[in-house]
Amino acid sequence: MLMIMEKRNRGSQILASILVNAIYAMVNYPIVLISTLLAPFSLLIVITFVSHGALLPIAIGGALIMTIIGAGTSLQQDLSHLKNDFKLQDMIVSSPTTARMYLAGMAASEIIYSLPALLVLAALAGLYISAPAIAFLEIVAVLAVMFVFSVSLGFLLSTFTSDVVQSWAFAGIVSTVLSALPPVYYPISYIPQPLQYLAYLSPATYAAEILQNAIGAVTFSSYSIAVDWLVIVAIAAVMAFLAIRKSKWRED
Amino acid sequence: MERLECSRIAKRYGRGAYALRDISLSIPASGIFALIGRNGAGKTTLVRILATQLSATSGSAHIDGIDVLRQAQKLRERIASVPQEARAVGWLTARQSMVSYLLWRGFGYSEAVEKASRAAKQLGIVGSMDLPNRMLSGGNKRKVLVASAVASGARILFLDEPTTGLDPISRKELWDILMSLKGKHFIFLTTHYLEEAEYLADKIGILDGGRLKAIGTMAELRKMVKRHYIIRTLSDGAVARPVSGTLTRGADGHYQISTTESEAYRISKKLIKRGIKFSMNPLTLDDIFYYIVKKPIDADDYGKEESR
Repeated sequence: MLMIMEKRNRGSQILASILVNAIYAMVNYPIVLISTLLAPFSLLIVITFVSHGALLPIAIGGALIMTIIGAGTSLQQDLSHLKNDFKLQDMIVSSPTTARMYLAGMAASEIIYSLPALLVLAALAGLYISAPAIAFLEIVAVLAVMFVFSVSLGFLLSTFTSDVVQSWAFAGIVSTVLSALPPVYYPISYIPQPLQYLAYLSPATYAAEILQNAIGAVTFSSYSIAVDWLVIVAIAAVMAFLAIRKSKWRED
Repeated sequence: MERLECSRIAKRYGRGAYALRDISLSIPASGIFALIGRNGAGKTTLVRILATQLSATSGSAHIDGIDVLRQAQKLRERIASVPQEARAVGWLTARQSMVSYLLWRGFGYSEAVEKASRAAKQLGIVGSMDLPNRMLSGGNKRKVLVASAVASGARILFLDEPTTGLDPISRKELWDILMSLKGKHFIFLTTHYLEEAEYLADKIGILDGGRLKAIGTMAELRKMVKRHYIIRTLSDGAVARPVSGTLTRGADGHYQISTTESEAYRISKKLIKRGIKFSMNPLTLDDIFYYIVKKPIDADDYGKEESR
């Protein structure tokens, strides 16, 4: 009789996702590293030049938010690719790994994947954003909440895809709602009044307001910031709940 | 307790047609069980339900006494699956694929590396371990996945069409590997290569149109067919026409007589007497399969029955 392991190493299960989806990809294809490093800088550079440097601090904050949101979009596409093109998820479903551990591992892999860009942005923030230490803590907190939201959304959507084309469609919609609509690289006042309401459909708008307020670039009332926090925490919590409970780990 | 039992398993995708209907079986969960059937027969649906990847619409299933539908997490400790269209991830090496799969199963890193190396040796892919999967031959890519499942130590392996698309030599190599594993594992495999099921399996199930048409050992399946012998000859129908049995003619001009042992003996004597060349064989799984599903796969070759 073959041995059945009763206790599984959860650290190993997370490590597996990090290795497959981040480390091995970067080691085997170093160009991936350059691509992930450059990704958040295109809009940051454009906004900085167009504003003659005036919006650089806000744009750095915006790039941080978009890198974190991009982790969720990438997660959705990576998981769909592994699930539909390699059938890897079916192999993992028929193993002791739970949906929760797979999500945790894959989410961690996206952070590792984004780490080079995050480190460069953090260095730029240190250089060009002059704000008290508490503001940086607030930035880390808002990024953490947005990370929970974006990877939960990415995981949830990936479990519903049965084809890579569907995955592209989801990515397109999510990118538009989470990155084109919200004013993360500039203040919301730059958007014409009626369209500002549209921007508030995206959780990234609330995160951007908190971040822009924290670094002192735009001032919002305490009440507004409290509402912003409430909204992003609630959305992240609901999305995390849905990702864990409603994902199709075993298909219907 | 080491049994696989299904009771009235049915599966309907949405509001569409049923992919499986009333699948009931009870077999020992040991050796090799092969599920055969044409494309769309429901093989993959059944294997995915048993491997806890897909919900059933109704019915129940137990493996080793564990409820497949309600105790999936417990069952997942002792199963491993290689899905039909699974491919080794292209940007990984074979070793990285196997080690990461074992990490997902909860083994420590050094243990995973050791188990991967041991399984690679067992499956004869040591030389490919540090090559990117995308550079491996089709046979070795499949072996990487099977080796991953074997290395996991799971007692029950679900292999969905493990040899589809492989060349005859790679297929035979994989057969030999599966034969060597059957003492330690229960292997539930699906295939539409009938000779594969005949060569490997201790028990065979025939699935058609979502229904389990027959199940048993080769000997048990043979008993389901009245005419156990096949004679092939170029003689015209008049010489070889059986008293009981069927005579069909294929596009290649050969006549095929399906008949009983005594009738085969009588016809063969007649053919020998006239100096007509012929071959006589007992029923293969192909013949049994055609008989049971009532629809010859090569309908164009032996489609028209001339007499009964």
